[in-house]
Amino acid sequence: MSSFCKPSDRAEHLPLWSSSVMSKCHKCVYIGLSLIPVLETDLKKCFLISVGDRDADEKYHIFVRHRYNDCVELLLENTSHEVFQVKEAALCTLMKFAAAEGKHPLQKQEWSEHFNFPIELILAVVRCLLSETEDMALLISRFQEFLEMDDVRYYVMSSIRDNIAKIMDKNKQFVNPFENCLDLKHGMTLSSYFHRLIQEHRRAFEQMWLTFLKYKLPGGMYKKVLVILHDTIMPHMSDPTLMIDFLTAAYDVGGAVSLLALNGLFVLIHKHNLDYPDFYKKLYNLLDPSVFHVKYKARFFHLANIFLSSSHLPVYLVAAFVKRLSRLALTAPPTALLIVLPFVYNLIRRHPSCRVLIHRPSAADELCSDPYLMDEEDPTKCHALESSLWELQTLQKHYNPDVSKAAKAINEPLSRQEQDISELLELNNFELMERDLKSQVQSVPLEFDPASGLLQSTREVLGVHFSLE
Amino acid sequence: MGKPPKKRSLADKVRKTKTSTQIKNNPFEVKINRKKFDVLGQKSKHDVGLPGVSRSKAINKRKNTLLKEFRLKNKANKFVDRRFGEYDTKMAPEDKILKRFTMERQRSQTKKDLYNLNEEEELTHYGQSLAEMEKMTDMVDSDSDSEEKGLLSAELTAAHFGGGGLLRMKTGEDGDYEEKPRSRQEIIEELILKSKQEKRERQTQKEESQELTEKLDQEWRSVQSLLAHKTPKSERKDEPDKPKMDDYDVMVRELGFEMKARPSEKLKTPEEVAREERERLQKLEADRLRRMLGEESTSKKPSHMSADDLNDGFILDTDDRKTLSYQDGQWNVDGGEEEEGEKNEEDEDDGGEEENEEGDGGDDDDDADDDEDAEDEDDHSDLDSEQGSGAEDEEGDEDKEEEAAPAKAALSEEERRAVQQAAKEELPYTFKAPESFSDLKELLLGHSVEQQRLIVERIQKCNHPSLAVGNKAKLEKLFGFLLEYVGKLATQSPPELSTINTLIPQVYSLCQLFPASACKVMQTLLSDGGHSMEEAVEVKGRAAFPGLDMLIYLKIAALLFPTSDFRHPVTTPAFLYISQALTKCPVSSLESVSAGLVLCCLAVEFVSLSKRFIPELINFLLGLLHLAVPADTCKDYCVVSPFRQQGKASKLLLLCDTESSSSWSRKPIPLTSVHRVTASTDLQRDHHRLSVLDACLDLVKRCATLYRDLPSYDQIFQPIRTLLTNHLPVQSYPPALQELQREILEAIPETPSQHSPLVFDKKKPIALKMLQPKIVEVLDYGKKRGNTKEEKERERLKHKYKKEFKGALRELRKDTRFLAQAKLSDIMSRDAERKRKVKELYGSLATQEGEWKALKRKKRK
Repeated sequence: MSSFCKPSDRAEHLPLWSSSVMSKCHKCVYIGLSLIPVLETDLKKCFLISVGDRDADEKYHIFVRHRYNDCVELLLENTSHEVFQVKEAALCTLMKFAAAEGKHPLQKQEWSEHFNFPIELILAVVRCLLSETEDMALLISRFQEFLEMDDVRYYVMSSIRDNIAKIMDKNKQFVNPFENCLDLKHGMTLSSYFHRLIQEHRRAFEQMWLTFLKYKLPGGMYKKVLVILHDTIMPHMSDPTLMIDFLTAAYDVGGAVSLLALNGLFVLIHKHNLDYPDFYKKLYNLLDPSVFHVKYKARFFHLANIFLSSSHLPVYLVAAFVKRLSRLALTAPPTALLIVLPFVYNLIRRHPSCRVLIHRPSAADELCSDPYLMDEEDPTKCHALESSLWELQTLQKHYNPDVSKAAKAINEPLSRQEQDISELLELNNFELMERDLKSQVQSVPLEFDPASGLLQSTREVLGVHFSLE
Repeated sequence: MGKPPKKRSLADKVRKTKTSTQIKNNPFEVKINRKKFDVLGQKSKHDVGLPGVSRSKAINKRKNTLLKEFRLKNKANKFVDRRFGEYDTKMAPEDKILKRFTMERQRSQTKKDLYNLNEEEELTHYGQSLAEMEKMTDMVDSDSDSEEKGLLSAELTAAHFGGGGLLRMKTGEDGDYEEKPRSRQEIIEELILKSKQEKRERQTQKEESQELTEKLDQEWRSVQSLLAHKTPKSERKDEPDKPKMDDYDVMVRELGFEMKARPSEKLKTPEEVAREERERLQKLEADRLRRMLGEESTSKKPSHMSADDLNDGFILDTDDRKTLSYQDGQWNVDGGEEEEGEKNEEDEDDGGEEENEEGDGGDDDDDADDDEDAEDEDDHSDLDSEQGSGAEDEEGDEDKEEEAAPAKAALSEEERRAVQQAAKEELPYTFKAPESFSDLKELLLGHSVEQQRLIVERIQKCNHPSLAVGNKAKLEKLFGFLLEYVGKLATQSPPELSTINTLIPQVYSLCQLFPASACKVMQTLLSDGGHSMEEAVEVKGRAAFPGLDMLIYLKIAALLFPTSDFRHPVTTPAFLYISQALTKCPVSSLESVSAGLVLCCLAVEFVSLSKRFIPELINFLLGLLHLAVPADTCKDYCVVSPFRQQGKASKLLLLCDTESSSSWSRKPIPLTSVHRVTASTDLQRDHHRLSVLDACLDLVKRCATLYRDLPSYDQIFQPIRTLLTNHLPVQSYPPALQELQREILEAIPETPSQHSPLVFDKKKPIALKMLQPKIVEVLDYGKKRGNTKEEKERERLKHKYKKEFKGALRELRKDTRFLAQAKLSDIMSRDAERKRKVKELYGSLATQEGEWKALKRKKRK
């Protein structure tokens, strides 16, 4: 009897402890851990006892049961505590409770012997995790390890699906719930056991995502979803074609979102026989100056390279792409130019009839203005094939030696071999800088014009507009 | 055992007696090396060998070296010949002997000349004997005294100190005068007598000559007094009559000098000219080569060429001065500029009609238009002929401003200058080179601007690399510290840009001294900046504009290194850094606008010679102008990366009040606005905006002229054109800006220009395969593998090494053999000696025995 008293005493004093945060945290854990054996040994008993006859022992069990419920409530509250350690401890304890409950169900279950999962507890935990006010990213990443277990994952998925509707309806202006939701789901897909998912799991997963994507997402969220869509979500869905609506809608949004939607669309077109009308026209219209400045330019060019790799594309289309890309290159930074120029050359190599763009001996002496229409949306009508790539000739005077060299390739017939652009895709500005910084030079040329002051050189521009003061 | 060496030595003897021709003709000496093949035209050194000769030579050599060493082995004592120059092989033997002789003489001189009777050293001065000179001046008596002393010394010693052996000897001499054993003493006596006599004779002679010379002197004096009257007259006549008198001399001298001088002058100037020419050509060549490396070979850029030409021609003069004297050169330049400034001032004072446009514009606000015109003119002249004029004018303006204050001060109180001078002089003249940045900071902090410059200059002078070994490293470090200091000055809350400005010449000269290390320092600065920006971009997707320090580093990079190079270890990364900043840093405030504008100015400056195309620059200028557009949505052009078509910062440069443009006047924006725009009121803000727009439009105009030759000129400038024509509220701007806008629109044609379509470069026809033999250079005959020159060289060296190795091995073997023989012969001789001695002993014993027996027998008998 005395052995039971200790934990129960502590449980009794539970609400009184609120001194320091850290001690609370530690106590939480301690209590949790000390309660677990009690659960294992005694709680089971207390349900066997009928309600009628209550001796001291029974009363004690009922008392313990109440304390247990209090404790769970308190822990659920603590999952939104401001100190992460407390949160973490609370979550872990809750999950331990869940495990214990699973082993020793609180209710009698003659009616179903195999089904003894503490659904309510998980539901409550998930609700806490999908908090509307806080960013739970860290806690969710901690939660990952529990998701490794198939049953936990399954019930978490289904409870998320149930929760989404409530959360989405309630607050559309907040980002936090979306973030948490996304994090949680993303975490789900990361688990390594996913490959042996049974059909039920797939269906739950699909349901969860579809309900989530039904709602109008904020811009940043859109991008986040699209970034992970093609390699973490779609492979695990039982029927990826259900994503078509979502993707086509995203593709029509324009800008970076469209660029990202391309990836999912590509998977659908490539693997699931999606027929997308005017795909190339839309792709053509996606090309605007911002293409070279967005973060996803590597991904875009990777995909564009794949889309335009077909040798069955009409010449006018390829020429339109080539011309448009080179026109846009006039506003591009050097890192993008180092992708675009080989890209353009590869296109011309694949479609030799496009060579007239860089070599038109038939009309070598006739002067003409550029017939290409930049504003024309239809690649068939933009007269790209009648033009020449004067833009690349302009870029031969680019300040960056690498770009300038690359642009000079059009002075001579292009080589047969295509250039691999995959290693250029991730090139950033600093790497480009390092090429010159790291190279060993024997002699450093110097300015022979002596400097007498900060703003006094022979070609002063800065000093014209600015003064030292 | 001992036979063969004996034989050999005999042979050697024989050989030594014979001449070389005899040996060569002796068939027993000559060994003919048989050749396997006869190669025509091959000269072989080794077809005939003289084994005997070479062997004896080798043995002799060993005897002199190896054997000696062997004998001295394990012996601590050493024989050292300490005669003068014994081991000096460079001296000729005659010299050695001479030197030894003189040294011996000297040694004898140092000893007391007690018994040195006959030999008297004659001391000379300038070839005249000192004794005679003394006689000329001194009286004869003193000399005789001295001589007496010298004479008496022997006798005196005898008399005063008892004479010792000498006296006795003398007495002895007297006693046995005619005895034979005494003859030597006698001879000595005679000698002494003779020498005394001789001396006396000499003395009398001298006295006579003395008297004679004195007489002569007296006579001469009497005559001289007569002459003295004449000579002054003649001299007086000479002075005016010099051409008459020295006609011939003068002619001769003139001719001589002219003949010498003329060619030297003539030679000098062509030399200088040639040097200048050569340097200029070298530079041009190098530049061109570098550009050609990457660029098209049809370098039809006349502007480029001409600009370079003018620059070089113009600058090299000053450059020469620089290289002659770094420090002083700058002084000179400063002085020159000051002079210019003074001239300008004078001009203004005098008439000011010509200068009105340039000079007064800066001071008086009314003449804004005139000023602008003047500047425009400058710009054109810039492009047409030289950049020098424009820049100089600007410099002049600045100088004037700078000059104005000191001039006033100088006029008011010259004492202050004196005090300043004194204060300057208080600075120590030598400084230790700083070991760390904090050292430098300690040195410089608390001093005035001018003093700081002086300190740095003195550090540089005191630690010039030619003075000590470690100075190079110290000064190289100093460059890094200086740049760090510059960065610190720029990041201070009120940036001390004037200090930086005065430190620039020092930085420049240091850079000229150590280009490689300067390049390293600059590179690390750039890479640090670029790296931090890249990190910020990766984390946040955007980055803050670089601070004033980084902007100043970029500017310094442009001052120190050529920006027109196709590829340069410093300026190419600098370009990339500017590009990165112009694309990744969002413009959200007036400060960032200023920073962006500074970067744009730098970018234009960087490409003003090479005319390279910077897309980011055009984008950024368009974006900046877009900030001044009131309309929300402009569909007919689009801005890129750091700018947004619409957003909260999209009307940053829109004027609050259009009226404020009437009170605006053109003046430069302070660089400090990169950190903080000081304007507090709306009016001031508007003025700042207008200044920014003015700078922006001017940059656009510069770009429009720079990129005129690009084939896609229209496409590049089309967005700016539409923005300027349709959207920018030019009407509300001051007339100067309107004028600028009009000029830009004139520069950008509305109708697209015409180009011929692209065609590949014509390739050279591929030459037919020639059937001429391939000629391979043969360095050494014999079997040599390897195709390339390096391989052949390697093979040759390998072969040589092998040969040398074998030779060394052989020599070593011979050495050991020789030593073994030497040891053996030692042992043999020792044994022989012992045997001989034993035999002798036995013999003596036997004779003794025999004698003893014989005696015995006698006795018996």
